[in-house]
Amino acid sequence: MAEVTAVAKLPSNGRSKFLQRFIRHRLALLGGLTLLFLFIACFGAPIFAPFPKNQQDLLLGPVPPSFEHLLGTDDLGRDYLTEILYAGQVSLLLALSVALVSTAIGVLVGVLAGYKGGWVDNLFMRITDLFLVVPAIALLALALQGLGRSPFSIVLVLSLIGWTYIARVVRGQVLSLREREFIEAARVIGANDRQIIWKHVLPNLGGVIAVNVALAVASAIIIESTLSFLGFGVQPPQTSWGNMLSQASGLIGTSKVYLLYFPGLFILIAVLAVNFVGDGLRDALDPRSGSGSMQGRKRK
Amino acid sequence: MSPVLEVRDLVKEYPVRGGLLRRETNTVKAVNGISLTLERGKTLGLVGETGCGKSTVGRCLVNLVTPTSGAVLLDGQDLSKLTAKELRAARRRIQLVFQDPYASLDPRQSIASILVEPLQLHKLAQGQESQRISELAELVGLSQSVLEQYPHELSGGQRQRVGIARALALEPEIIVLDEPVSALDVSVQAGVLNLLDELQVRLNLAYVFIAHDLSVVRHISHEVAVMYLGRIVEQVTTDKLYENPLHPYTKALISAVPVPDPRIERSRQRILLEGDLPSPLNLPAGCSFKSRCWKSTELCDTLPSLNAQDEHFVACHHPEKA
Repeated sequence: MAEVTAVAKLPSNGRSKFLQRFIRHRLALLGGLTLLFLFIACFGAPIFAPFPKNQQDLLLGPVPPSFEHLLGTDDLGRDYLTEILYAGQVSLLLALSVALVSTAIGVLVGVLAGYKGGWVDNLFMRITDLFLVVPAIALLALALQGLGRSPFSIVLVLSLIGWTYIARVVRGQVLSLREREFIEAARVIGANDRQIIWKHVLPNLGGVIAVNVALAVASAIIIESTLSFLGFGVQPPQTSWGNMLSQASGLIGTSKVYLLYFPGLFILIAVLAVNFVGDGLRDALDPRSGSGSMQGRKRK
Repeated sequence: MSPVLEVRDLVKEYPVRGGLLRRETNTVKAVNGISLTLERGKTLGLVGETGCGKSTVGRCLVNLVTPTSGAVLLDGQDLSKLTAKELRAARRRIQLVFQDPYASLDPRQSIASILVEPLQLHKLAQGQESQRISELAELVGLSQSVLEQYPHELSGGQRQRVGIARALALEPEIIVLDEPVSALDVSVQAGVLNLLDELQVRLNLAYVFIAHDLSVVRHISHEVAVMYLGRIVEQVTTDKLYENPLHPYTKALISAVPVPDPRIERSRQRILLEGDLPSPLNLPAGCSFKSRCWKSTELCDTLPSLNAQDEHFVACHHPEKA
């Protein structure tokens, strides 16, 4: 038993190891901090923004970036940084909701299809095929035309289209999990399907789900921006990064073209940051990556 | 004494699907009519080579696999005819320990939560769960500190002890041990086998011990059944089987066990089986061992039945002379 106590003293707890690996991933850390900064700046806009929202200064008109207006002002003399921060609230919130809702739908479908197998699996997978072959943008534009363009319907429609990827990934994982002996072991001690799914299947999907949420946020920001740019997304007077781009798009070829760059830059930064976080999560949650986790490799 | 577990004419077939429409084209007979009885507090060894269906039998016993025909009777109750609720209750009485201690523990659960799970599922030791799992850990020779750890932090032997503790949590009468030590180092095997021995005496457990290693089975079993391609070819008390094997297959198996004495080992006569295991997809008519048997005659084209002479069951037309 001496060996047992020696092993017990090793400071190895799953959670702290995960944190170590994540921090070691420099880009992920940078992405995480950037994202945190963006969130605080956008949602703390009433505190941090240099000017009140929508404060017009018609006499000033559009001015280029200066110390007083870091990103300049638009035609109505509104401080552009302030506008971008408030628009960020809408963009980030939409993206996050879409990521969470679509992941929830995808996980539900994926788990049911993978775990039940048979006709349930077939049915769900043919439905995902259907979603994958129809061009998403066209579908989105049509759906939003019909449902109206409130943020709620945007989240709904984007989620209804975005769940297919995670559903496929989860289904694949569940198919392999289902055959693992610890699932059978749970059945032998008397657990039913519901208990097995909650206690053994979902926790083992945690990594995949976390990674997917991150990557879905990134793609949702882009899709929302695309839609808003095309005029199908967030409608003025509500602003998002996408429709700020759209409003500024008329300025190409004029001296005020910087108004187009700034929202684009914020989209770029947010998407890159979220992607880095996603990569970091994936690496940190995979026991085979990084060092000091030989034990995770023991099986097979 | 009435047996606690009885298996009657157990058959398990797996369909083989092929072609574009995935039609059933053939069946694999993994288990082909097996009958066994197990008495309280005794151990029945089930041996055979890889693919002979012994693990499938084990899975049928705990109803992880539903038999195609035949019955598993727990105190006279047919497991496959129980309702979900009754089955849950029956599961308390018959538990399974898996072969692979790496795959059979959920990597995301701590040992404590693995051991608490069966208690919660059956509402046992309510309010005293943590006390009970400490007891269980002690029972299988694990230190209390292991409870806070995760499976990947434990050695193979420790993991298998966790698997045994999980089975014991429900206070079963029967434990099916599916090659419980074959994934472990030889030095660790002995420890786990002795633990199983001890637990049997202390808790009056009945074991079905599935293995392919004859020396391990000899150590722990009261009675041994030898399986070949889904059928039992010989069944008798352990001592008799090792002293006086009647079936040629058993004889060949026993002759393959090395003897830890170089002088005897050198002079020992070994029987090398020729040929391969016939495909279970296409079993030959008659005795399934005839393709590898040095004694086979025309008589072997008919299936030998399992006959007893002084409680020594053997299915062979040409048994060794007793």
